[in-house]
Amino acid sequence: MKIVVLVKSVPDTESKIKIAADGVSIDPAGIKFVMNPYDEYAVEEGLRIRERLKSDVTVVAVSMGPDRVVEVLRTALAMGADDAVHVNDPAFEGGDAHASARVLAEAVRLVGADLVLGGKQGIDDDAAFTCAAIAEYLDIPQAQIVTELVLSDDRSRATARRRVEGADEMVELVLPAMITCDKGLNEPRYASLPGIMKAKKKEIRKVGLADLPLKPEQVGAKGSATRLVKYHGLPERPPVKMIPGDAAAQAKELARLLREEAKVI
Amino acid sequence: MAKTILVFGEVRNGALKPITRELVTAAAQLAQAGGGAVALGLVGDGAEQAAGDAKALPVAKVYTATHALLSSYSSQGYAVALAAIVQAADAGVVLFGATAMGRDLAARASARCGAALFSDCTELGLSNGTLRVKRPVYSGKVVAEVESVAPVQMATIRPNIFAPATGSGSADVVAVPVQIEEKHVRGRVKEVVQTATGTRDITEAEIIVAGGRSLKSAENFALLEDLAKTVGASVGASRAAVDAGYRPHSAQVGQTGKVVNPKLYIAVGISGAIQHLVGMRTSKVIVAINKDENAPIFQKADYGIVGDLFEIVPKITEEFKKLRG
Repeated sequence: MKIVVLVKSVPDTESKIKIAADGVSIDPAGIKFVMNPYDEYAVEEGLRIRERLKSDVTVVAVSMGPDRVVEVLRTALAMGADDAVHVNDPAFEGGDAHASARVLAEAVRLVGADLVLGGKQGIDDDAAFTCAAIAEYLDIPQAQIVTELVLSDDRSRATARRRVEGADEMVELVLPAMITCDKGLNEPRYASLPGIMKAKKKEIRKVGLADLPLKPEQVGAKGSATRLVKYHGLPERPPVKMIPGDAAAQAKELARLLREEAKVI
Repeated sequence: MAKTILVFGEVRNGALKPITRELVTAAAQLAQAGGGAVALGLVGDGAEQAAGDAKALPVAKVYTATHALLSSYSSQGYAVALAAIVQAADAGVVLFGATAMGRDLAARASARCGAALFSDCTELGLSNGTLRVKRPVYSGKVVAEVESVAPVQMATIRPNIFAPATGSGSADVVAVPVQIEEKHVRGRVKEVVQTATGTRDITEAEIIVAGGRSLKSAENFALLEDLAKTVGASVGASRAAVDAGYRPHSAQVGQTGKVVNPKLYIAVGISGAIQHLVGMRTSKVIVAINKDENAPIFQKADYGIVGDLFEIVPKITEEFKKLRG
């Protein structure tokens, strides 16, 4: 059984995001790139399935992007993934989520997968649909925002618990399938020191446009259905209005302001 | 002739979800600016039942697509059915709620239709048939203005941005035939387990009262529940409070929790770590109550109260009760 885990390199949550002078890119200076937090759950789940099933399971981490994504692939290897694939080509640059999904779908097909795991969303573009688009291009079923995953003994089916508003949906899937992972699914492990040493030496497979059955006009900016016009900074919030007085006076004044000024209650 | 602006009508238990009415308002505004008729698309079990409510809304047509294999939700199956409605309606724009189902289906349907997709939009405009939107990215630290270059364009829209549409009309209901096979429903919902009790999920709530670890125990959250009850609010929590076991993860606001967009967000004993702020910063009005006057939450708040939450919250509950009579 082969499990493909999709991992993305994103700015750390604490990073300040500064719009570059051109208005359509983010200034990379000072940004620390890390594995997308939701992808950590995906890697961990792949490793746990391998440990549970004991035999004949391979976990392959796949990441798309410039050279820096090699670092998150090394992190996945250090956590315990068996192999890693770096999908990169100048032709892929500037692609929107659909264009990237088209490339990743073909990369997954090339590697071969019985189960594809990814994070529920990337915390950079926050599109949260790349994995589902990959599933559509691969024509496989999906369950997203999953907090529990159980495979059948014969490894042909899976049941996923998926979070929706006020309820959990139990989704039954025929494999191969796409699962996007949420917090609660597991506790991701830290890479061990021997794991990190081993990961450093591991060869990472390179995949480019020439390896995939796609034309240049289907990928990157040319293959995109959307175009970034520009980035905007956040509108400044007016300064906070502090409410003075003792507790009784504060409560009374807050109620008045919410009713008369903000008109929200 | 301008293309149709289609709203995906989300149906739960045979009834339209509130977000659908908000989307009809959004669609009407787009139609006013860019032309085209507004229509509603209903898929699967309950579509015919919900069509009764739907046809009263200010829409030109209601399209339904039902099939025996669509008796429970399936991303793939629903996407096939919705694609048939998109074609039948000659839709150029399709709007979904940024809900669990709306996001899941929009992702799949956009790939199937070769459409552009914009997630979690907070603003949208239509000119010469081209959809242009604003949406928060990088956890809400920056806003991206993006436009479509595809003939069909889809968007998911956050709740509580547009006023819900009402109406007493009687739009035509058109049943769209769909071919669904077993291969289209290889993933489908087998069971729905209810987790929330009575109140709206925080992602759909108009008012949220959220607490942090300063509440000190799960029992003390009763203070917030009492306050929430007076204004029909839902109770949320910071990551610290969830990690401490005071509230379930389904109530967590912020990174690794939920992004919420209420009209009013009352943060009680929450200091305002960046991981929390990214989940609630788009709230229309933010109230912060904290004993530390230097807590970062005050920089994001509209109204601030420095003091002991155990003393202040019950007093606010009293005042809200008075207001609500």
